Amino acid sequence: MPSETRGFGFYVLAAFFVLFVLFLYGPLSTILILSFQGPDGGLTFPMNGVSTRWFANLFETQAVGDFGGSFTRSFLLGLMVMATTVVVSLLGGLAFRRRFVGSTVLFYVTIASLVVPSILVSLGIGLLFQVTGFRPAWYSSGFGAHLTWTLPFGLLIMFAVFNRFSPAYEEAARDLGATPWQTFAHVVLPMITPPLVGVGLFGFTLSYDEFARTLMTSGSFNTLPLEIYGMTTNVTTPVLYALGTVTTAFSFAIILTALIAITIINRRRLTASGA
Amino acid sequence: MTFAHRVAPYLQALPLTLILGVFLVVPIAVIVMVSFWDYDSIRIYPDFVTFNYEETLFSFVTWKTYLNTLKFTFIVWAITLFVGFWVAYFLAFHVRTATMQTVLFLVCTVPFLTSNIIRMISWIPFLGRNGLLNTALVDAGIVPAPLEFLLFSEFAVVLAMVHLYTLFMVTPIFNTLMRIDRALIEAARDAGASGFQILTNVILPLAKPGIAIGSIFVVTLVMGDFITVRFMSGGQSASVGLMMANQISLLQYPAAAANAVVLLVVVLMIVAAIVRVVDIRKEL
Repeated sequence: MPSETRGFGFYVLAAFFVLFVLFLYGPLSTILILSFQGPDGGLTFPMNGVSTRWFANLFETQAVGDFGGSFTRSFLLGLMVMATTVVVSLLGGLAFRRRFVGSTVLFYVTIASLVVPSILVSLGIGLLFQVTGFRPAWYSSGFGAHLTWTLPFGLLIMFAVFNRFSPAYEEAARDLGATPWQTFAHVVLPMITPPLVGVGLFGFTLSYDEFARTLMTSGSFNTLPLEIYGMTTNVTTPVLYALGTVTTAFSFAIILTALIAITIINRRRLTASGA
Repeated sequence: MTFAHRVAPYLQALPLTLILGVFLVVPIAVIVMVSFWDYDSIRIYPDFVTFNYEETLFSFVTWKTYLNTLKFTFIVWAITLFVGFWVAYFLAFHVRTATMQTVLFLVCTVPFLTSNIIRMISWIPFLGRNGLLNTALVDAGIVPAPLEFLLFSEFAVVLAMVHLYTLFMVTPIFNTLMRIDRALIEAARDAGASGFQILTNVILPLAKPGIAIGSIFVVTLVMGDFITVRFMSGGQSASVGLMMANQISLLQYPAAAANAVVLLVVVLMIVAAIVRVVDIRKEL
């Protein structure tokens, strides 16, 4: 309990929290270290020298399959999903601020999209394309499959945002003669930009790492997670860890970029409002 | 209200409705339809047969697999609930500044935004036969020979699932704990409640919605999981998702579809049970 002096409970829980963080990051750090394994080293410790050989190995197609191609596909798909998630969640969030017929059903369908097991979504979309004679591809069926996972998160974030959003700002803008579009573009949008960046971050990273929903919907070309999974069954060198290190570093870079963007936007707004 | 005002929400909700309609509602309808179709080793045929369900429901293997999946679900749920609750509790009540709270919460969130498969792979050098843990245990003389059950076992499956899914418990519980009015806790303390009484009589009842939402997440994730079970058990354990994935790879789509319908019904029943016990609507 919060009190003036830190009690026994604080230290127990602080230790528990530290253990939890170690549990989260410990394994990741071992593959980071092992990806620099020497040329003769294996999949486990000890380190047999230090080298960047396995990183170089990544770019030889015969060693690891199609790393470049699958990365490009996952990256483009992530961007597509990100843009769509931001726009559709924002529109959905705005819609739910007013009453409309069918809003309850749409809400439950959105929640169902989170609750239905991923493999079902994958199977369903795969079958739908097969039955209707369309050829599944990462940019069509895969794209839709990813959206069923990212849109509910986006919409829930927008709900949280608009729950705390005071309509007084919009009323003030309207009283000053702003059109609905001006009110949205100059009042609402600037205020909700930071959480929208967050929605974009979720959209991109959830898509970039998605596996189960892509399984039956990616068509003939693999996305990066599918490619990595394929490698786990036939690659027995530390190149697997090098790939893990590179993709994790990429995810961290994306997260960091989003956080910096949010901080800068927030700071600008504070300066602008003279606080 | 003008005409434009009344139409606006429908137009705004249209993209969401269309996407979820085409990529969620219709696919589930297709699964239900195909679950009544016939198939051979090459293709599937439109038909109305019920043997896909008979094979699923009257097979000993299915029941065993469901029991095994429920076992994983229960164990992972119990561990993630315990860990998630105390992590959220620490963040909400013991961390004093909002900045520190945000930073520590982000520290917990970042791994969730990286690849699940990489996070599973990263257990190999740790748990393997010559992994860090075994080396340490043998060197310290605690065990005479490397422990075989650490990797590619049910233990590894549970460990990896806890690793992957605890955050889904932390976030909603943290959210509800942050909304608890601190005055209530002060009042309880002034009225002479002990720390334990405050926990069981004030905090836990108010945290229920968050616990329920976290539980729904974890239960549905574990019930539908196949990749963690396949990878971490090294093919030695079964789950419903894995059974479906195998049927899919053998192109037995109608069988997989029947399985999917059964799985969906079971998952929805569990979710309905959770929602019945705890009212989560205020939370959403």
